[in-house]
Amino acid sequence: MVKLTINDEVVSLDADPNMPLLYAIRDIAQLTGTKFGCGLGLCGACTVHLDGQPIRSCVTTLAAAQGKTITTIEGLENDGELHPVQAAWIDHKVPQCGYCQSGQMMSAAALIAKNPSPSDEQIETAMQGNICRCGTYPRIRKAIKQAAKMSVASTPVSAQSATTSSIITELGNKREVSS
Amino acid sequence: MSVIKRLNRRQFLSLTGRTGGALVLASAMPMAITVNANAAGAVENEQTGSTDLGVFVSIDEDGEVEIVCHRMEMGQGILTSTPQIIAEELCADWNKVTAVLGEANTAYGDQNTGGSASIRHHFEHTRRMGAVARDMLEQAAAQQWGVAKSDVKAENHVVMNRNNGKKIGFAELATAAATLPVPDADTVSLKSMEDFSIVGKDVQLQGLENIVRAKAVYAQDIQLPDMLIASIERPPVVGGKVKSFDASEAKKVTGVIDVLPLKDRGFPVVVNPKSGIAVVATNTWAALEGRKKLKIEWDDGEHQSHDSQAYKADLVSKVNTKAKTVRAVGDVYQHEFNPERTLEATYTVPYHHHMSMETPAATAHVQKDRTVVWSGTQAPQWGKRLVLAELGLDEEKDQDKVEFNTTLMGGAFGRKSKNDFTLEAVELSQMTGKPVKVVWSREDDVKHGFYHSVAANYMKAELTDDNRSDYWIQRVACPPIGWIFDDKAKVQSDNLLSLGFGDVPFTAKNMAFETQEVSTHVRTGWVRSVGNINNHFALGSFVDELADKAGIPTRVMWMNLFGEDRLFNPREEGFEGYSHYGQTVDNENQGYILDIARFKAVLNRVVEEANAEEALPDGQAWGISVAYSFNSYAAAATKVEVKDNTVTPLEMHTAIDCGLVITPDRVKSQMEGAMIMGLSMTLESEITVKDGKIVQNNFYDYPVSRIDKVPPMFVHIVNSSEAPGGVGEPGLPPILPSITNAIYHASGVRVRDLPVNKTLKV
Repeated sequence: MVKLTINDEVVSLDADPNMPLLYAIRDIAQLTGTKFGCGLGLCGACTVHLDGQPIRSCVTTLAAAQGKTITTIEGLENDGELHPVQAAWIDHKVPQCGYCQSGQMMSAAALIAKNPSPSDEQIETAMQGNICRCGTYPRIRKAIKQAAKMSVASTPVSAQSATTSSIITELGNKREVSS
Repeated sequence: MSVIKRLNRRQFLSLTGRTGGALVLASAMPMAITVNANAAGAVENEQTGSTDLGVFVSIDEDGEVEIVCHRMEMGQGILTSTPQIIAEELCADWNKVTAVLGEANTAYGDQNTGGSASIRHHFEHTRRMGAVARDMLEQAAAQQWGVAKSDVKAENHVVMNRNNGKKIGFAELATAAATLPVPDADTVSLKSMEDFSIVGKDVQLQGLENIVRAKAVYAQDIQLPDMLIASIERPPVVGGKVKSFDASEAKKVTGVIDVLPLKDRGFPVVVNPKSGIAVVATNTWAALEGRKKLKIEWDDGEHQSHDSQAYKADLVSKVNTKAKTVRAVGDVYQHEFNPERTLEATYTVPYHHHMSMETPAATAHVQKDRTVVWSGTQAPQWGKRLVLAELGLDEEKDQDKVEFNTTLMGGAFGRKSKNDFTLEAVELSQMTGKPVKVVWSREDDVKHGFYHSVAANYMKAELTDDNRSDYWIQRVACPPIGWIFDDKAKVQSDNLLSLGFGDVPFTAKNMAFETQEVSTHVRTGWVRSVGNINNHFALGSFVDELADKAGIPTRVMWMNLFGEDRLFNPREEGFEGYSHYGQTVDNENQGYILDIARFKAVLNRVVEEANAEEALPDGQAWGISVAYSFNSYAAAATKVEVKDNTVTPLEMHTAIDCGLVITPDRVKSQMEGAMIMGLSMTLESEITVKDGKIVQNNFYDYPVSRIDKVPPMFVHIVNSSEAPGGVGEPGLPPILPSITNAIYHASGVRVRDLPVNKTLKV
């Protein structure tokens, strides 16, 4: 039994401590939002937060998560309220197939938690470990910038939606011409 | 030709597995379309199911509209686009429309989703489906008010009385409408395209919130009580067999339930499982760990000497020799080429792999009287037929014994039209008596794909004094995808040769298009845009090289070769077998003949939008190209910098004319995706084969573009009311040559052999 916290819930998972966290999350805890992509920490599809840090769960053992706090994509929203990254992902219609997007959003959320106004270069550095074969990168860049602004503006929570729409309008005005 | 039927709830339930509302309609698709769809570009040797109903619409007593989308969703957005067309003609409120994926059922007509065909083959009858439902709601309202149908009009989920402005909602009308006779679909009025308020608009995407909130279900996500997970060690060489194996260590791994040899399948490989040894376990990790402990001795079989480098050299030598005529205009061989004005070049591409983010996966539970399958496949009906055959059941009689559920696909790009992984799950469930989920590792995916083949294209042309050409030869050496179905096949079919090869729309008075006999040694298949990948890399590069030789802009060279504006039907210009991407070309379908004016417009548009003829600093340059595929026209402009032998893409543009646009944002996203996939294919992705075995393993040796390699990109959509063309694939073909042309103009290095990273750093 390995005891850890997943999305604010303390769980004990009956699994080999050497099992990569990814399979423990998907097969044992049955939270399937976290995806398998490569098994070698190369593609980022399996990104979750361990004590707030983005990690590749396919190359992190369950034992390494013992006693720690894990957040998966299912835990990103707060009582049904979307995380700014999720809201921005919807506004920019980022996903195509959507499969890699939980990993993308977890990396993005960790980035803006640490750096509320990331530059293009910082976005690229933070996100270059997350592969999207459909090619949603141009929208990921834009969505992260929007999410960063939203999260800065997100206190108090009740003011968030008004702030969000003004930010969206602002971004809309600046949007690159791409008929 | 469209027929719409009304179903009762029981029928709807039995066909779709859903309960349905008051008014439930199903559209019957004309057989001709289905047959042609399968003769279409990307799909050859496809077997069809019987054709009956196409799309299902149900309107319940609360006015909620549910549309069962029979085409499969892999990221292209069809789950939104098909319902958009129906909602438009239905005059529905988009917020009250929900789309759901259809399971595999012959009742749906052609569900096999490929060839960018979902809109271009189904637009007309999809519209009529919405129009019939609207007509019935209007009739019901007219009856209720006791007025003529011409006195009422549906709009935005209500029917309005034109005389007094009164309104009745769809919710109140659905039950009454369901009692009316279904009108003849061919006689109901369709909206004028100028009145469209949903088609062509960026509506909220179906399923988007589910993806963002991790509620979307992909094939890997299926969980069943008592389910086992299987990981399979497959023969490294196609057609290989297990000589002997030792499972004793594997069986000791905690969680491993059993180790099972899969049956040998032989040739032709079709889309059968590759055989091998399966480790079934209670969780994925145990299955993978068990697999590491397997000791297997393989009999590699007849393809063990295949070497992709030697193979490519052989194709190059073949393609430099006169061969089988595909299309001929005049007689180019009567001509003595003037070496001063003649250019010859051979272009090559490597094997390419789809590399979908979600590796193949399927779950099956084979029970005595009933089998249930979940698969992320582009071809659910074909898959279901294969499952029935695998179980020894009758394709017609035993339809109800197999329930074939579909899931979203985490990318597909052609790979998941093949149901080898689905059959693996069925075979293992049959052996274990339990539900089994087969999950492929990334290495499995890379090593056991259906690749776009190595190909060599030869081009030769002589320039006229006014920088056109009247003497043009091109040849392609590339194995036929049909080999997987018939291992005697050595020549590409006319369908494949229609993809950017025999349809070159130039006006040279003498042209020869030829192909060669080629043997096949790996499983080949349809990769996004298929033969257009190599054919347009060659054509787009060669036109650029001719322009360079003539000393004129590349755009002008294209214009010179196109000649006057005209409609071009390759069937009438020497290529009788031209497939038109499955479109019949008759008076109604003139829009599907290649239109030179549209070619030119899309190329001019991209050059103007990108300012691609501007002067740039040393080491920077634009490259352009244009291609017709899947009934759409796409042009690309790419700006690169080459410094210290390193290529950096700086900016990319695509202009697309895909006729009438249904969902502009998804056209844009497909073009963005095509530019990015094109970057990977051109710059760095390559599958090689040594001793019959795929050399690459994972993202570290089959790299695909990451965010830091992707420059700003822009999409320009041509406003058009022409018949809708394809969207998923047409963006890709012009990208490859636009990049290598830019590299040449920036550095003087002409890359004719992809990927670029063999010549320059990327």
